[in-house]
Amino acid sequence: MEEQTDVLQEQLTGVAEALGWWGVPLAILAGAIRASTPFLFVALGECLTERSGRINLGLEGGLVMGALAGFAFSHITGNPWAGVLMAALVGSLMGLIHGVLCSLPRVNDIAVGIAIMLFGVGLAFYLGKPFIQESAPRLPAVPLGFWSSSGAVQSALSVNALFVIGVILAPLMVLFFRSTRWGLVVRMVGDNEEAARAAGYSPMRVRILATMVGSAMAGIGGAFLSLYYPGGWSEGLSSGQGLMAVALVIFARWHPVYCMLAALLFGAAGAIGPALQSVGVSWGYYLFNAAPYVLTLVIMIIACSRFRTLRGAPGELSVAR
Amino acid sequence: MSKHPGSAQTVESAPAPKPRAPASGSPATGRACGLEVISLTKRFGDFTAMDQVSMKVRPGSFHALLGENGAGKSTLVKCVVGYQQPDEGSILIADREQQVRSPREASMLGVGMVYQHFTLVPHMTVAENLIMSRIDTPQFINWRQARVELEAFMQRMPFRISLNAPASSLAAGEKQKVEILRQLYLERRFLILDEPTSVLTPNEADEVLGMLKEMCRRGEVTVLMITHKLREVKAFTDSVSVLRAGRYVGGGDTDDLTTEDLAELMVGERQPPAAESRAARGAGRTVLEISGMRARDDEGVPAVRDVSLSVSAGEIVGIVGVSGNGQKELVEVLAGQRHAENTGISVQGQPYRARRSEMIRHGVAILPEEPLRNACVPGMTVADNMAFRVFDRAPYSFMGWLRNGQRRKRAQELIKAFGVRTPGAESPIGKLSGGNVQRAVLARELTGDVRLLIAANPVFGLDFKAVREIHDRLREARDNGTAVLLISEDLDEVLQLSDRILVMYEGRIVYETTRDQAQVRSIGKHMAGDHA
Repeated sequence: MEEQTDVLQEQLTGVAEALGWWGVPLAILAGAIRASTPFLFVALGECLTERSGRINLGLEGGLVMGALAGFAFSHITGNPWAGVLMAALVGSLMGLIHGVLCSLPRVNDIAVGIAIMLFGVGLAFYLGKPFIQESAPRLPAVPLGFWSSSGAVQSALSVNALFVIGVILAPLMVLFFRSTRWGLVVRMVGDNEEAARAAGYSPMRVRILATMVGSAMAGIGGAFLSLYYPGGWSEGLSSGQGLMAVALVIFARWHPVYCMLAALLFGAAGAIGPALQSVGVSWGYYLFNAAPYVLTLVIMIIACSRFRTLRGAPGELSVAR
Repeated sequence: MSKHPGSAQTVESAPAPKPRAPASGSPATGRACGLEVISLTKRFGDFTAMDQVSMKVRPGSFHALLGENGAGKSTLVKCVVGYQQPDEGSILIADREQQVRSPREASMLGVGMVYQHFTLVPHMTVAENLIMSRIDTPQFINWRQARVELEAFMQRMPFRISLNAPASSLAAGEKQKVEILRQLYLERRFLILDEPTSVLTPNEADEVLGMLKEMCRRGEVTVLMITHKLREVKAFTDSVSVLRAGRYVGGGDTDDLTTEDLAELMVGERQPPAAESRAARGAGRTVLEISGMRARDDEGVPAVRDVSLSVSAGEIVGIVGVSGNGQKELVEVLAGQRHAENTGISVQGQPYRARRSEMIRHGVAILPEEPLRNACVPGMTVADNMAFRVFDRAPYSFMGWLRNGQRRKRAQELIKAFGVRTPGAESPIGKLSGGNVQRAVLARELTGDVRLLIAANPVFGLDFKAVREIHDRLREARDNGTAVLLISEDLDEVLQLSDRILVMYEGRIVYETTRDQAQVRSIGKHMAGDHA
């Protein structure tokens, strides 16, 4: 996260200088939009996977592999969208490994997830060495700050296209879960495996597909990291977004639109530190940067109770059983 | 009509007398189909679960399949619906030999099954559950149109369930109704029910079975019902087949057979009249006293709402109620497995918080439902599981060291005394059959100084012989001065055993009576929530 906040810092200082203390909410909003995109994609992906009855902690691995694949392909082809596509493909491959391994008898999805996470991160670092100093074409931004004459405001409100796609995706997923056959099949498999089998659906196949699609979305989230913000490829690119998104899905009660709001909240929490520093609050920099992690912890404490299982949790989820 | 899975088979049937909504399909007459199995055999390893079973179910009949646990009833129907493949023999559906390779294929043939455990998806609404059970669920569901069709379907059904309710919010009886509604919605021609009334109140059971009987009479569907309840067989079915130890042992028209004949076919020996020896005795001291207990369920919803009761030495107090009315939570609080907002429990006049020391001091024994899950460690040995109450005390422990020899010796004695069938004291308890796990836990709980015994559904899923034996143990404990609190969903069991009967409904005790004055009718009414 440090890497990101440094970049954010530079951009936000401009806002703050222009607007003074009024810049703080704007800076937090801008930061929320930027920092939340990876959270948003990972959380929506994890939401889909968990609704099918599996937890994929390996999304962090998919995210980092996606970041590398996106960067590498954008660098090679010169087209950032080709990079995004590749990131999704690589992500879905990571999901395929997770999905297939978990379908073997007596294999625990959480243990496999941790293995996939370590595997993906390690592999990406190994393969990514040649790309550390390179540059690649970035993803385009949508200028939502066009109404302002202030350059600082414009730069703060230029929103990446992926964020827009993610925001549209969330309500579409609600519709998917409510009104499409496949959405209902995913819920069925995730909630009562026996019922799904009785209706003639293969829970294994549905879960592998849901894990693949979820992991592909994590890969896209990774592409955002390397192709837009903070941009570039380095080993400190991700800071656990893939893992935090799992907490976020629980917090959001497995609802895509709540996932989106929670992602924005996490993004905003990450932007508090740099935003405050940009207006000259010099104390507690590292403390404020820890905000997303503290938030994760607080959410887990509130959401998890010894006495009750989680309301709304898919019945086949290993943590809910 | 073409949207419907059952309609593929209804082509040959008579056209509908009046136009109906598409999802409602065609009605019926004469569409019920028959079933015949010939020399059906199924083996699991060395064990023959079903041996050369042949039987016939006439189209449009209500047929009962009777048998003890492990008699092969489930194996038979699982072969018919395609969950398992028979090793030998053939299955004829509507007079044509069929290879049923999966439940989906069975459903294409118009054969459906209602399972003993619920197969509804808990977080889906009733409407979603119905739609998803169709084979031809459209890719994109137009809920407005689907709802109109479902409402029209519901209008024609003898009982109604709110379409918008999530399945998890329904009571057990309602879930069972939805399961049956779903099969009717799918227009089955042959319907198999696995102990459909085990979770229903007597009134609900009569309502459901009466409706099915009527549908059979009209020739809309053929019903094959697995059951243990002879009363239901006599009252509702046309014909019956009895299995014992994997073989077909008899059957015929229900009218030609008496209850005694059926019971004899089922167990292979005449049932002695239920032992009702009970020395008249005044009520003893109060052992268990609960005042104003309140507890929530896993979802945080109040489940036990202000329950007060007392149990005295030498009496059995039976709490009866349809499952899901807070009995499970009540037992869990008593067993120390659930936190209560207000326990209000006292045992022998002292406050009781279900601590180990208190259980030992007051002689509290608990036989929870599903003992393998609630009172055993499946991977540990029978001997270890039997020692949970005493393993850390003399003579089984010395200066903090456990004495394995002593523990094993005690286990062997208990295994013998309680007739636990196990390969040995050292085999994992999870490998034993349900009845033997129950015996092992009962042996553990009833040994030593027991002044209060709490038993929850102690014979659930057990066969005749095990039921009788466990009931005798409970009576014996009572006659020796133990206070027994029996929580059961089976009204017959409570009537047979209890001195006082309480009815629990929606977390409250709503009715109390003594056995002598007990009227099944009014108990049933209160179980169903009719307290007027």
